[in-house]
Parts: sequence; structure tokens; C-alpha cells
Amino acid sequence: MSSAETSAIAGFRARGIALAPAGAVAVLLVGGAVFLLVGCLQSTTFARLTVEGLASGAVYSSLALALVLVYRATHVINFAQGELAMLTTYVAYQLIQWGLSYWVAFFATLAIAFVLGLVLQVALIRPVLHRSVIATVIVTVGLFILIDGVVNWIWGADLKFMPSPFGNGAFNLGGVAILHLYVGMLAVVSACVLLVWALFRFTKLGLGMRAAAVRPAAAALVGVRVDRMLAVGWGLAAVLGAVAGLMAEPSQLFLSPTLMQSILVYAFAAAVLGGLESPAGAVVGGLTIGVSISLVIGYVPQISSELQLPFAFAVLLVVLLVKPSGLFGRREVRRV
Amino acid sequence: MTALLELEDVEARYGPVHALHGVSLGVEEGSIVAVLGPNGAGKTTTLRAVSGTVRRSGRIAFAGRPLGRLGPGAVARLGVAHVPEGRGTFAELTVWENLRLGAYTRRGSIQPELERVFTYFPWLSERRRQEAGTLSGGEQQMLALARAFMLRPRLLLLDEPSLGLAPVLVAELFRIVQQMNEDDGLTVLVVEQNAQLALQAAHAGFVLEAGRVALAGTSEELQADDSVRRSYLGY
Repeated sequence: MSSAETSAIAGFRARGIALAPAGAVAVLLVGGAVFLLVGCLQSTTFARLTVEGLASGAVYSSLALALVLVYRATHVINFAQGELAMLTTYVAYQLIQWGLSYWVAFFATLAIAFVLGLVLQVALIRPVLHRSVIATVIVTVGLFILIDGVVNWIWGADLKFMPSPFGNGAFNLGGVAILHLYVGMLAVVSACVLLVWALFRFTKLGLGMRAAAVRPAAAALVGVRVDRMLAVGWGLAAVLGAVAGLMAEPSQLFLSPTLMQSILVYAFAAAVLGGLESPAGAVVGGLTIGVSISLVIGYVPQISSELQLPFAFAVLLVVLLVKPSGLFGRREVRRV
Repeated sequence: MTALLELEDVEARYGPVHALHGVSLGVEEGSIVAVLGPNGAGKTTTLRAVSGTVRRSGRIAFAGRPLGRLGPGAVARLGVAHVPEGRGTFAELTVWENLRLGAYTRRGSIQPELERVFTYFPWLSERRRQEAGTLSGGEQQMLALARAFMLRPRLLLLDEPSLGLAPVLVAELFRIVQQMNEDDGLTVLVVEQNAQLALQAAHAGFVLEAGRVALAGTSEELQADDSVRRSYLGY
């Protein structure tokens, strides 16, 4: 075909535009990774701070990924995502109170979270989805308040204690103790994120969900049940949120209704940093924010942990000013 | 030959605007049928009525089975593939993923379909990892056709395939459609602005005007008809 050649060149050019910033981002990320690696080899304190940062970053990543999933499917930010995660953590707490072992409760909670996300989408989001974006956003804000109220009503606002699934032990790394907890958090979140990624990348269901998210009308035409896919997307987002909540709880030592409120801000900053539409960006964004906060607080005495939240807002502001499409966001390159 | 698709007094509308005022037509199994007519006559809406992407009333039967109020997914499962105006390719997904989505309603292995599609479009095989949005317009139209073929449809609804394509590509596209019709017995209902081209490829045709069938016949009859020649063939 004669057009194949010219289109290949045009295609290359179109990609070239997108590749230039992508290359800069790759250099930046590799540079950051090398910096962390060298730092860890030089100083054990640095290594400890890095692992702790990665662990809390993994929690931000998980919640950021939930935000991105919902955003890609329905083009709204689910402001209730953090509260939903908090609610499911209370569910896990209740299951453990009833005598289930931690890991049985963990997986039961993930299943409950999936159903909960699905039902909420069908019952509350679907009816307003095609009205307007604002209507949907308002419903998620209402859901935030509703869940907060329900949790306070059922479990009360006082602190609850949940046993840490990873015990209180620590690895000894050249004289510096790294809690099992942080390594465990990192491992569990990574496994869950990888599973969700594989679901989207390799299964027919995942392909259907991606198709429904990017082109609902065309997806319906090839027989994808778009409504069902969006509901499943909400279910999966709730599962990722539940993982974030369950892993955030032991690092905060106590369970309270405000568990996820600051984490939601970090997750939001992570999602924006990554590009809001990009799952990989959400993960990288979450880890970046986690490690930066950990290192800055560890090494800059003037910035105490009280300044963590302003730090997240500063990241948000800088990203929105400098590169609104985020690290992994891409400009639309499309031809007709 | 029996009619694979039958429309009887089909009406459709977008909100208050009536697009079809009682369209009746039949498509014989194994034939290529062209739908001609001026802009706004209801050609696209006729295809959308069949695939269930517009609310319709009247009787539509596919392979003797009334479609009733079936939606697009259910109609696709019956073996009707619709290549809409603007192609409906998933620009963000790869060529392979687009093809996979074409066979979304099929269960089991899609390897035979994939191989069949690659005999028609060998270049798709090398580009299967490429993002569909980076293909040229002509390639995207070919991909849309390939994706529709992945369903192993009994009926292909093809909407304005020539739109925005170079004449050489349009000819190639119609050649492939004809080949699919001959080799695989695919029945095709095609809406086309280029009446000359459409009637050359088709066995029969209908002329729609203002939401009704104004004229019907074999392509020879239509090509010989004075009003068709004046209005659509330009000689």
C-alpha cells in the first residue's frame, strides 16, 4: 500500500512530539532512582527513610490508582474514595473483632469492598452520570459526608486498635532497624497493584473495561456492556482503596474516622503528578511523594511532620503550574 | 435466496426530530446492498436502527428473528457488525486490542478469525502492537473493517467507508469488501455518498429520500434509472 510509508513517517513524527517530554521524564525518574540507590548505600539512615517513604508512598499509590481508575472510566474525581477506604478498614476491624484472623478478614474485606463499590456506582452514580459532571462530583461529596456519618454512628469517633499483621519485628540493616511493617506494606500493595495491572492488561474483562472507558459508544457497538464495566471499575477502585486503608492503618497505629483524609490529599497530589489518566503515573507519583516527604522531614529539621500536608499541596500547585498534564499524561495526538 | 434482513415500516427519531418515516427494505443473504440518498435522508439512521444504536419502532427482522428493542450488544451477538461513520476505532488501544474487541462477543479462541483477517489485511499483522491512533485515516478505515470482520458477522453494516479517503484507498476498500462477500458469503449493507462506486460493487440498492425509500432495484436498474443518474451519478 502506497500510503503505508507516508503514514509511517507521519506516525513517527506524531510520536516524536510525544516522546520528547517522555524522554525527559524517563531521565528524571532514572536520575531519582540512582540518587536513592547511592544515598541508601552511603547512609543507613537514608536507607531507612527511603524504605519508610516507599511504604507510605505505596499506600498513596494505591489510593491514587483508585482515583485514576474512576477518573478514566467516568471522568470525575471520586472525593469519597478515601472515606470508602476508611469504611472498609472499619469493616476489617469489625471482622477481626468477630474473631476472624487478620488475613481472612483482609481478603473478606477486599471482596466486600468490591461489592460495595459496585453497588454504590449502580445505585448512586449511574443515575446522575449522564446528567453532568458537577452532579456526579456532588454525589461523591455527599457520599463522603454520608460515609463519615455512618462510621461515626456505628463505631464512634474514638480511636480503635487493630493488631499489625506484620508484628513489631524489624530487619537489621547495617545497624539501622527497618520495621517488618514497612516492608510488608510495600509487598502487599505491590502485589495488589500488579494484579490489577495484569487484569487490565491481559484479560478480556480488562480490555472491555479500557474500551468502555475510552470510547463508550464504540465499545457498546462491539458488544461490551459499558454500564457493567463502569460498575466493575468502581468495584476495583474500592478494592484498591481498601488495600490502601488496611495498609495505612498499622503505620498510623490507630483506626479513626479521619484515617484517610490526609492520605486522600497525598493520593490526589500523586494522581495529578502522574497525569490523572495514567495508572503507571499514579504509582510513580505516589512513591515519589512518599519518599520526598520522608526524606524532607528526616533531613530538614525546619519542616516537621506538621508540614506534610502543605508539602502535598505545594506539589499539586507546582505540577498544575509547570506541567498540568503530569509526568505521564500525554497530549492528545490524534488524526482523523 | 431469502432475505437475511427485513425492515418493515421502521421509524426512528432523535428527540423530536423524525429521521425515518417508515422505511421498508430487504437485504438478501449473500448480497451487497447499497443505500443511497442525499444528506439527511436517513441513511446512517437506517443502519443505526438495525444495530440498535437509535431508538426505533416498526419491525426489523434479522434471519427471521425480530430485533424488537435489542440494544447494540445483543444485536452484535446475533452476528451483525456495524462500522459506524467515523470508524469507531479505539485510537488509544493497539491494533491487536482493536481486533480483539471486534470479537468481544465470541467465546473461545479467536485465532482462526485473526488468521482470516490477516489474509485480507496482511500489513495488520506486523503492526499489531502499534497504537491505532497513529495509523493513517485509510489504515484506520481498514482496521475498522478488519475489526468488524473479527465478529465473523453474517451481516456487515458499513457507513460511509469512503469518507475522507483517497480514491485509490476507497477502491482498495471496496475490493476487499467484495472479496469478503464472495469468499466468506458476507452480506453487506453499505451507505455510501459515492453512488457510482457503491453501485458497481453492490448487487442491489435503495434510494432514501426524506426518511422513506424512494426507489429500489438491482444495481443495473438503478444505474439505468434517469433520476438516479441525474441526482447521484451526475451524467
